[in-house]
Order: sequence, then structure tokens, then C-alpha cells
Amino acid sequence: MKNLIESGVPIVDSPTRGKGKRKWSLGEKLLLGLTPRQYLIQAIRNPLNWIIGVIFAIGIPLIAGRFLFGLSFVTHSSNDYPWGLFLAFGLFAMVPLSASGFMLGTTVEIFGRHDFQPIERLALLNGLLGYFFAVVYLLVDLGQPWRLPYPMVVSFGTAAVLFLVAWHVATYLSVQVAEVSASFFEWIGWLPGKRFIRKIAIGLTVSGIILSTLHQGALGALFTYAPGKVHPLWYSSSFLWIFFFCSAIPAGLCMVIAVSTIVKKTMAWRCDEEFLDKLDSLTIGLAKGASLALITYLAIKLIGVAHDNEWAYLATGWGQWFMLELFIGVVLPIALFAWAIHNNRLGVIRFTAFLTVFGIILNRINTALIAFNWKLYQEIPHWREVVVCLTLFAVYLVTYRFILYRLPILYTWREQTDTVEELAKEKITYPKGNPAPVEMFRSMDD
Amino acid sequence: MKGISRRRFLAASVIGGAATTLTMSKKAMGAGTFEGYPEGMGVLVDLTRCVGCRSCEAACNKEQKLPEPAMPFDDPSVFDQTGHGGQKRRPDENAYTVVNRYDPPGANHPLFRKLQCNHCNEPACLTSCFVSAYTKTREGAVVYNEKVCVGCRNCMIACPFQIPAYSYSSAFDPVIKKCIFCYDTRLKYGKPPACVEACPQGVLTFGHRKELIKIGQDRIKARPDRYVDHIYGETEVGGTGWMYLSGVPFEQAGFDTTLGKEPIISNVKEFLSTVPMVLAIWPALFTGFHLLARKKGHADEDHSHESQEDEKS
Repeated sequence: MKNLIESGVPIVDSPTRGKGKRKWSLGEKLLLGLTPRQYLIQAIRNPLNWIIGVIFAIGIPLIAGRFLFGLSFVTHSSNDYPWGLFLAFGLFAMVPLSASGFMLGTTVEIFGRHDFQPIERLALLNGLLGYFFAVVYLLVDLGQPWRLPYPMVVSFGTAAVLFLVAWHVATYLSVQVAEVSASFFEWIGWLPGKRFIRKIAIGLTVSGIILSTLHQGALGALFTYAPGKVHPLWYSSSFLWIFFFCSAIPAGLCMVIAVSTIVKKTMAWRCDEEFLDKLDSLTIGLAKGASLALITYLAIKLIGVAHDNEWAYLATGWGQWFMLELFIGVVLPIALFAWAIHNNRLGVIRFTAFLTVFGIILNRINTALIAFNWKLYQEIPHWREVVVCLTLFAVYLVTYRFILYRLPILYTWREQTDTVEELAKEKITYPKGNPAPVEMFRSMDD
Repeated sequence: MKGISRRRFLAASVIGGAATTLTMSKKAMGAGTFEGYPEGMGVLVDLTRCVGCRSCEAACNKEQKLPEPAMPFDDPSVFDQTGHGGQKRRPDENAYTVVNRYDPPGANHPLFRKLQCNHCNEPACLTSCFVSAYTKTREGAVVYNEKVCVGCRNCMIACPFQIPAYSYSSAFDPVIKKCIFCYDTRLKYGKPPACVEACPQGVLTFGHRKELIKIGQDRIKARPDRYVDHIYGETEVGGTGWMYLSGVPFEQAGFDTTLGKEPIISNVKEFLSTVPMVLAIWPALFTGFHLLARKKGHADEDHSHESQEDEKS
């Protein structure tokens, strides 16, 4: 793509091609303004596509097998470990990493920190996709996924934490679709839709905070049903939901740093100058926020150990594993962030963000899988389960990239042509105007 | 920036809050305590009498029309079988009850223990189910409606006795499989479950739960040398319909003795009670933050998207 741009291929970043010339057609927008041949060539040249192709070749038949032959085809079908890697990674780890949407929504819309705006849309998209794919993972894991809407319409288990999770994730997913749709409306050129979203932005953001607080916490509270099964160091009937909620904050912020790092490295052509110029200072800002949240998280984790008087467990093997998790995912990031922010070392900040993301994933997998059934035995997921997880993650990456390449997430849609378009629209509505609206556009194009 | 007036903003946040409150209000009420029905039935299992003949397994298999097992019910070698993870046998989709052998230290003969759903007074499976597939019947059985089950398997996570099993091998109609106290065919009509009727050793005593506790206490009182002074299930996780008497400490017979007296749902209530508070406080709190942030400075100035729109209007 970079080479193509250097060779003079225009980038789609406004409704029209060049200066007030022909409008991009939808097909051209989808092909990034390239000819089909150019598009294919750039796709084939990208080594990532080959890796993803290999993953798909192995993984998609396995997913088909899961739906044709049942869960026992891809998992150990364990009755002791009913929740395997699909949920441990796909749901419990993906959801906190997607807290970015509500975090930056709050920063920009509620606290009025509009300097974070260049990265807000990336954070919102990251949230939306993370949640969406958490639901995809869930659908693969559910015994009867076609009954997913049952808690909404057929039968209500109102006392269950999962009932809350289901409702909140569903509602929040729609909130996020609305938030992200602003970019989509710009891209397809339907401005009334975009303006409507801007009008309700604050309402969306506030409901986003409420829903996020509750369901991020609720995911933790799900494990309070298993007091004897989750190891005491990872369990706390009073605080587990706060642990999950609190750790989702650095998780979401660091995920934005991580994604923006990848984006800057691999698709700089798609970012506008504002994004690239401000990214470094925004990264520092996000890292500061993440540090504070991590310090808070460390404090409440220690309070959790003290509250249930679990110090003795720290001396066991489980305690060492627990302390290692906290060291890699919390203590080390706090120290690295502090040093790197002070010395303005962006490389270290970015590395630390990846480390924090890893730490959160480790925490969720620990709670759901490794420290679960600690009195029984250690479940090692079936290799097919791992491959299916990877495949779904590859689908997530492809979708993520597909959207970032197209929608105005990393760049600002150049709207100077708005007025032209508005005028065009108004003219169309004139009954006595040109009979064929198509003609209108055509004449404008010339 | 004139984009969002205060009134419009408040209205929007109220709508957001109301939407969530509506979905939540039912739940907050649902978190009450359910203590079991007074006339609930139960079974007292006297482990000192069990000889491991597995007649109960065979009877259950027949009554519940389960598939024929790989090994016949009179083959004692099943006691040496281990399942996934090197565990002793456990109830699964093909067997709602299993008998396991234990060798307590110092005992001169092995001990056998029948496992099945304990039919809790306040079942964890029931309280964890988000489609309300489980019912605790007046007769004391915990039954399950497979027609609404989504297959999330939260009940299997929640059950402190690891009882519910899933028919993983089914692609299009996988459901939870567990002992239902022979509710449909027997308990509903006042009859004891098939396993109780089949037991040749009098290990299983069927009756009102309250009376079973008295019977258990009497047996312990009459033969304190024979029994451990505890009825497992009298108080565990809020009390269970099926209860056990043992001659050896319960942990030596594979029981989890760390479960405590509180029903599982008690651990979850702390979270459930915070839910309405978050719903009530958050909208005002963040509305307040927003108003403060706006009043303080002219932070909106570099709001590029916003300013573009303003130029247009």
C-alpha cells in the first residue's frame, strides 16, 4: 500500500476524488481507491495475509466441525471445566481489553479533554470490535447459540449475574455501534445520521459508563458462584467485581496504546498528520492514566489478600504464581511507566502497554482456567480449541484492518466538500429541479 | 460550542439510565433468599451400609432410559476407572448417579459412596441460570427445563458438588444432564426414586427432609462408635435434600468439607446489591463531572469535529 501511494495512487479520505472532482463510488471506496488488480496485488504482497490464510485453512474446517459434530469435536468436553479457552480468552480477556471505548468516551465527552480526540475513534472502534468478537467467541462456546436471545425474550433468570451480563453486553454493543456509526455515516456520506449521533453522544457515553461499570464487574462476579473452585488468591466474594472493573481500565487504555503502535508501524499511510503528530503526547497521556489505574488495582489486590487473610497462601506455589502475575502485569508496568513517562521514552511506554495487556489476559485466564478447580487437576485445552481461538482472533484482526483501512478512524474525513454535498441534496428535494438526481451528480462531477 | 444543551444532555442521560434501570430492577428483587420447601423430600445415605453393588446405578439407568454402559453393572473393575484429569468417576450424560470406592487410611475395608445431585434447598445451579431453566419443586427435587437452556454451562460452574453434566457430543441439541430425583415418573406421585427402591442394603432412606435429619441424629446417638457426629448436607451450602452419614471423616470419603453453611448465592449478593446503587448514582455523578469540566475552562475550543459542524450551521 505504501509503495502504491508513493507511485501516486490517491487515498480515499474525502467524498470526492481530487479537488472537488468526481465523487468516489462505493465500490471504489471499498477497494481503497485502487483498481481491482492493484488491490489484489497489494493483498498478495502482504505477508500477514499469507499467515492468516494458513490459519484460516486449518481453523475454518475446525469451526465447521464444531457446529456439525458438537463441542466434543474441538474441546475435551470436560464436565469439571465447563468454561474453557473460548470463554477464558475470548470473553473474559477480550472484554476488559475493550474497555477503551468507554474510557476515552468519558475522557473526551464527559471530562471535555478534547485533546484526546484524535485517538477517540480508534478507542471506540477497539471497544466495539472487542465486544463483538467476545460475543462471537461466546457463540462458538454456547451449546445452543441460536438460543442466545432467550434471556431477552423467552425466559428470564433475573437473579443471575449472567442475566445482567447478557443484557448489558447487548445494550452496550448497540451503544457502541451507535458511537462508531458516526464514522460510517461520514464514509458513506450520510451526514444527518452523523449529526444525530453527535447530538446524543453524551447520553450514549453516560450509559456506556454505567453499562461498562456493571458488566465489567459482573464478569468477575460470575466467579463468585464458585467460591470453592477458584483459588482463594484469585477469589473474593466482596471485591472480585471491583478487581475486574478496575483492571479493565488499564487494560482498555493499554490496548489503545498497543493498537495505535501497530497501526503507526503498519498503516501509517492511513493516518492523517494530526493523528501521527499527536500520537506521542497522547500515548504519554494514556500511559499516565493507565499507571494510576494500575496503582489503584495493585492496592485493592493487596487489600483483597488482607481482607480474606490469605497471606499464608502466598508462600505456596499458587502464591508464587499469583505474585508472578502481579509482578509481570502490574508492578513491572507501574515501574516502567513511571520511568518512561519521566524520561519521555515512548518505546518503553509502548512496550509496557503490551506487557500490561499480557498481564490482564494472564489474570483472566488464571481466574477462569488455571486457578479454577485448583483442588482437582489442571486442564490443558485441546489443540483444536487453541486453533479455533487463534482462527477467531485472525478473523478479528482482518475485520479490524478492513475497517481501519476504510472508515475515518485514524484520519479526519475532509469535510470541506460538505457544503457542495448539502447543496446537492437540497436541490434534489426541489420538486421542480432536475428530474433525475443522477444527472445532478453527474453534472457536478464534471 | 452550542452542540449539546444542558437540557438535552440531561434528557439523554436519563434515558440511558432508565433503559438500564428497567432491565435491572427485576434482578435486584430476584436476589432474595429461598430456603427450601418445608414439606420437601430427601434421602439419607448411610455410607456405613453401602457394599458397592451398584444396584442403584442400574436402577437409575433403567428408570431414566440411559444408554447401556460399556461395562456391566456387576463389574467391580469400574471402581478403578479414572476419567479426564485422573479423577474418580463422576455423574455424566450417561449416568446420573455413580458409586465410587474410597480407601480411608486405617480402615480394613473399602468405603463406597453414591454420588448424585444433592437437590439443595437453595440450589446454586438455579440461582446462576440466566434463563431460569431450573426449578426447585415443592417435593424437593431440582429439575431442569431443557427447552429454554442456552448451553452457557454456568450451572456447572456454580454447582459446589460438580453434578450437572453436559451432552457435549450432541451438535444440535446439547443439554444439561443430571439426577432429577425421578421427579417426572416417581417423586411427583409420592414414590421414592428408583435407586432407593433398588438398594438391597437399606443404605438409602427416603422421607421428609426434616424427619431424615432426626433419623440421622438418632443413628449417631445410638451408635456413636460407628458414625462421625455430623450429617453431611444438613447445613452445607444452605442444606441439601440428599444427606450423608459416614463412619470416617467426610473428607476421606471424597466430600468437600470446606463449603460452609451459606448457600452459594450469598457470595454473589454483595455484587448484586451494588447494582442498583451504580445505576442510581452514576448518571448524576458523571453528569456532574461533565458540567464541572465544561464550566471550568473553554476546553471545547479544540474540538475539531464539533467546530466544523458549528461553522456549517
